[in-house]
Amino acid sequence: MKYTFEMILLGVGAFLALIGAGFAQDRHFEAHMWVLFFVLLAGTVMLMRRIEFSPASAGRASPPPPQSEYFDEVVKYGVIATVFWGVVGFLVGVVVALQLAFPDLNIEPWFNFGRMRPLHTSAVIFAFGGNALIATSFYIVQRTSRARLFGGNLGWFVFWGYQLFIIMAATGYLLGITQSKEYAEPEWYVDLWLTIVWVAYLAVFLGTLLVRKEPHIYVANWFYLAFIVTIAMLHIVNNLAVPVSFLGSKSYSAFAGVQDALTQWWYGHNAVGFFLTAGFLGMMYYFIPKQANRPVYSYRLSIIHFWSLIFMYIWAGPHHLHYTALPDWAQTLGMVFSVMLWMPSWGGMINGLMTLSGAWDKIRTDPIIRMMVMAVAFYGMATFEGPMMSIKTVNSLSHYTDWTIGHVHSGALGWNGLITFGAIYYLVPKLWNRERLYSVRMVNWHFWLATLGIVVYAAVMWVAGIQQGLMWREYDDQGFLVYSFAESVAAMVPYYVLRALGGALFLAGALLMAFNVTMTILGRVRDEAPIFGATPALKAAE
Amino acid sequence: METYTAMRQFADSWALLAMTLFFLGVVAFIFRPGAKKAADDAAAIPLKED
Repeated sequence: MKYTFEMILLGVGAFLALIGAGFAQDRHFEAHMWVLFFVLLAGTVMLMRRIEFSPASAGRASPPPPQSEYFDEVVKYGVIATVFWGVVGFLVGVVVALQLAFPDLNIEPWFNFGRMRPLHTSAVIFAFGGNALIATSFYIVQRTSRARLFGGNLGWFVFWGYQLFIIMAATGYLLGITQSKEYAEPEWYVDLWLTIVWVAYLAVFLGTLLVRKEPHIYVANWFYLAFIVTIAMLHIVNNLAVPVSFLGSKSYSAFAGVQDALTQWWYGHNAVGFFLTAGFLGMMYYFIPKQANRPVYSYRLSIIHFWSLIFMYIWAGPHHLHYTALPDWAQTLGMVFSVMLWMPSWGGMINGLMTLSGAWDKIRTDPIIRMMVMAVAFYGMATFEGPMMSIKTVNSLSHYTDWTIGHVHSGALGWNGLITFGAIYYLVPKLWNRERLYSVRMVNWHFWLATLGIVVYAAVMWVAGIQQGLMWREYDDQGFLVYSFAESVAAMVPYYVLRALGGALFLAGALLMAFNVTMTILGRVRDEAPIFGATPALKAAE
Repeated sequence: METYTAMRQFADSWALLAMTLFFLGVVAFIFRPGAKKAADDAAAIPLKED
């Protein structure tokens, strides 16, 4: 194996990073470039060590291993990366939850809450979720197009390029580099890198669709394509900025004031709508039919689901800016579209759940199906709660409180987390050619740990959020506020401790998954009794 | 006319109409005669092979 071109590229990149560190205009950029230098250097050395020095003729003697129809090696890496970043992201989540409960855990300057919080959100959304989306989209687009992934090694570039983006974003946050836009914190140079990677991703995905052998483009691919295209658009527009120096970490947004805020929440809510919803619906429309071995309940409903979601989600962003300087009509527009989103969301949920019609027993016998069904149920619950919270009068109570955090987590842990876990449990035995998972019972344990964790988390945050909101708006008969802000913070301590407990349960489930997946990859099979009713061999004599 | 005003007027008239018609067209297309068969074929794609 020779990677001459890739090696030269990495080496040059490392050298440029070194120059960047040398001529940096601020110490943040300098530190960040040192990180980049060492990462790229390590990459170069790793590629060097993979060079084979056997003579060319010897290489020819043994024929190259037969190329399988599908390019699955990158999907395998993606699955491992998903599990790894999932555990990291959940762990940081538990840490930040504990930091809120016990402020002494804030370790200055790198590990205080302000820097750890974006590390948590980006790790779970972009590192865990993003890797899951890239891996599953590569897997699904090949199967449903019956074509090999387009672009050859471009798939590898997408995977490794995305990991580099994650490393740069994560280290940047800890160093204190941020453009202060929620879910878009990385500074301009990291944004530019992600843009390059994303264009390559689009090329790989779209190229595969173009060379497909299946005449029809299966609906899961529509959702994935919408996710890739829309995220490209959102990322570029929201991150339009002018850097202070090309060797500095600071930039200024192209927008000012309320325009900047609206652009940010147009981005922010559609990151939810297209990254965390459309992309993961692509997973739902492939893996639930596969695991249940039944076609989707209504293919026509899935197409209506797709188009109505696409047309409505893009307008919902202003509900993040209720009662701000944003014009009233724009707030109302955001609210109305959010409420209308109820319909496509529930249409999709019904479609996912009803796919099991006639096979409901699988919920009892197959913990992977149970996980997927719970994911879709949480999708339904979160998309019920969201429109409700976008209504202005409800929002006046819920906004800025922990209710919002509870809502986000019932969507993210419940919907995105569980559907991804289901997909991973489906994929690992398939990709590594194993008869079954190392342990199906552990999947069951994971299911209950995760579900219990989410329920604890969401319920605690409802109580905390509503209490916070009520305390903030409590006036006495003289018209004075009854509670100081610090009192409302102090009242949260028990909830914050319980929230950390819910998160820890969820993390424990993910650790179990990491163990289960590792053992499956290693080819081990746990000797265990099958789940009740799973094997027809256990039928009682009649 | 100011660019903003012009774009705003275009957005809430012709563009809105075009998007609504497109959406209605999609719905009509999905429920056209014979679409059931095509939809069932498409739904079977993931189950065909591995």
